[in-house]
Amino acid sequence: MKELCFPLDGKYILRRRRGIRRELLADGSARIKKRIAVLGGSTTSDVISMLELFLLDAGIEPEFYESEYNKFYEDAVFGAPELDSFRPDIIYIHTTSRNLTLLPESPAETPEQIQQRLDDQFAVFREVWVKLMQRFQCPIIQNNFELPLCRRTGNYDGWGYAGHAAFISRLNVMLSDYARHNNGFYINDINYLSAACGLEKWHDPEAWFLYKYAMRTEVIPDLAFSVASIVKSVFGKNKKVIDLDLDNTLWGGVIGDDGQEGIEIGPETAVGQSFSEFQSYIKGYRSFGVLLAVCSKNDEENALLGLAHPSSVLKKEDFVSIKANWDPKDRNIAESAAELNLLPDSFVFIDDNPAECAIVSAQLPQVQTIELTSVGEAMYRLGRSGFFEVTSVSEDDLRRSEMYAANAKRAAQQRSFASYTDYLLSLEMRAEICGFEPVYVQRIAQLTNKSNQFNLTTKRCTEADIRSFEDDPGRICLCGSLTDKFGENGIVSVVIARCEGETAHIELWLMSCRVLKRDMELAMLDELVRQCRERDVRRIVGYYFRTAKNRMVSELYGSFGFTQDKLDDSGDSVWSLDITDYKNKNKVISVNEKENKNG
Amino acid sequence: MDKQDVLPRLTQVFRDVFGDDSIIISDATTSADIEDWDSIEHINLIGAVEDEFSVSFKMREVSGMKNVGEMIALICERGK
Repeated sequence: MKELCFPLDGKYILRRRRGIRRELLADGSARIKKRIAVLGGSTTSDVISMLELFLLDAGIEPEFYESEYNKFYEDAVFGAPELDSFRPDIIYIHTTSRNLTLLPESPAETPEQIQQRLDDQFAVFREVWVKLMQRFQCPIIQNNFELPLCRRTGNYDGWGYAGHAAFISRLNVMLSDYARHNNGFYINDINYLSAACGLEKWHDPEAWFLYKYAMRTEVIPDLAFSVASIVKSVFGKNKKVIDLDLDNTLWGGVIGDDGQEGIEIGPETAVGQSFSEFQSYIKGYRSFGVLLAVCSKNDEENALLGLAHPSSVLKKEDFVSIKANWDPKDRNIAESAAELNLLPDSFVFIDDNPAECAIVSAQLPQVQTIELTSVGEAMYRLGRSGFFEVTSVSEDDLRRSEMYAANAKRAAQQRSFASYTDYLLSLEMRAEICGFEPVYVQRIAQLTNKSNQFNLTTKRCTEADIRSFEDDPGRICLCGSLTDKFGENGIVSVVIARCEGETAHIELWLMSCRVLKRDMELAMLDELVRQCRERDVRRIVGYYFRTAKNRMVSELYGSFGFTQDKLDDSGDSVWSLDITDYKNKNKVISVNEKENKNG
Repeated sequence: MDKQDVLPRLTQVFRDVFGDDSIIISDATTSADIEDWDSIEHINLIGAVEDEFSVSFKMREVSGMKNVGEMIALICERGK
């Protein structure tokens, strides 16, 4: 919904929140359910009502636990039965500088005494996190602290031992340090938010005295939007691709008219400098695993000429897809998405032309568009919109662009082979299939949260869930990585089966779409059967739970030779296979570097 | 401002905030008359009224307002 995208009109959203909520609930979209506990150090009522709107808009239907007023510490440290039975999927601790109890009081205190205050203040919060982690093993989001508006001692407040701003800044460093060392712990940076809003606009002592809100009510939507961005990212709702126009978006001028010498990019002019900065900013997204693509009304030859400009920071190789033609842009975006095995809702489209943005929004409403009015504005909006909120950086993120580029190379190869099997054999594929080793836990959880298409049950898991499945002797846990002559694909498939006597129930089966049609699913099935036999399991039961996005695997078990036992009206189905006479199906991937002997 | 100007705009604010297009307000309306008008919703109501009429209520006025009539009187006095 447009109103719920950055930049926000906080007053408007607060005033019309009931109407907006009603509209969202009536739009018929499918949403995943999540339980969110909000533990507050101040009033949290509208924090929650705003959070609900942003999450509903992002495809998450939240259920909330709200601590009693300012009972974040008690709930966390001593426990609350209601919170225990709520079993949160994620916890948000909404505390602010209003909750700091050990601020320095006098310049007479020694540096050691101030350090003691810092350590003691930090310990209060650390105890909250540690206790919550122990009890719930779920992700925790914690506000850091905003700077005060009023500075009793002027500039000294920001640097002196007895300064409150100085104390808060040092405490924030301690929080960040904790976040870097603890997976599943995330900082909601209200220190940045309050600065971006302006401290004068952020602080409102009257809202505190009247209602115990720790900030001006009209910035609560901004606060909640930031929290929602983290929640969305944790549950795999990040965007994946930035699709960019070229003329007057990546450089100044029109390449088709002005020629390579005529476009503005590089240090010579102010306009050229601004586009250089924009290109560098965009290029930086690549290293966080975001894919870049081009969607431009140009002859391809001219588009490539522009990217070949000596001062162009972005080069042809930085893009996983370049569409430069005269077709409608929505069609080009849809094609790029199909080629990358992604859905259009993973795309953010940036164009300086409002008409192009409007067409894309109308034809593909699931694509987020940013109209580039100025380079600085577009950069700010990209960062504030929460499209690419980083909550973990996995090895795979670091190499994603290379992997997609390798995919493009594979496609080119494919054309020259007599049969598809010949092609697959020529790829010299090797798979490693193993249990959920600790180094893979983060990636496995990430896959369970963001795989939508090749996903039979769409079971979403946290890192803690993944570890507990691995530790359960009654479960078979498999994760597979695939390497071929063009490069590594990393962990691409995950299977979890629960054994009950002679039957194994497949609770989760997913595969990354980047390795579709490579027979990796057959290699996974072979390994599952092998492990089932080791446990004297004779029958495997598979489940298909239909969603809006996983139609492609509705017949997967059938293609494996399973028998359909049940099909209900919603499209869900149950399948089974007797494995007594099972013969290995994969013929093209060498698995775990040795012959698989049950064939 | 006079009351005739204030009333329709104020009614719309009430309808937006409480999400109910059938709300009709008068001087005598109090929080007891509108189901969702609790202390939490009062905060949003005050914020929306302040924004609509470019007025800023004093703390004492916010906590002391007893009915819609008092709100209208304050808006007539200082609102735009």
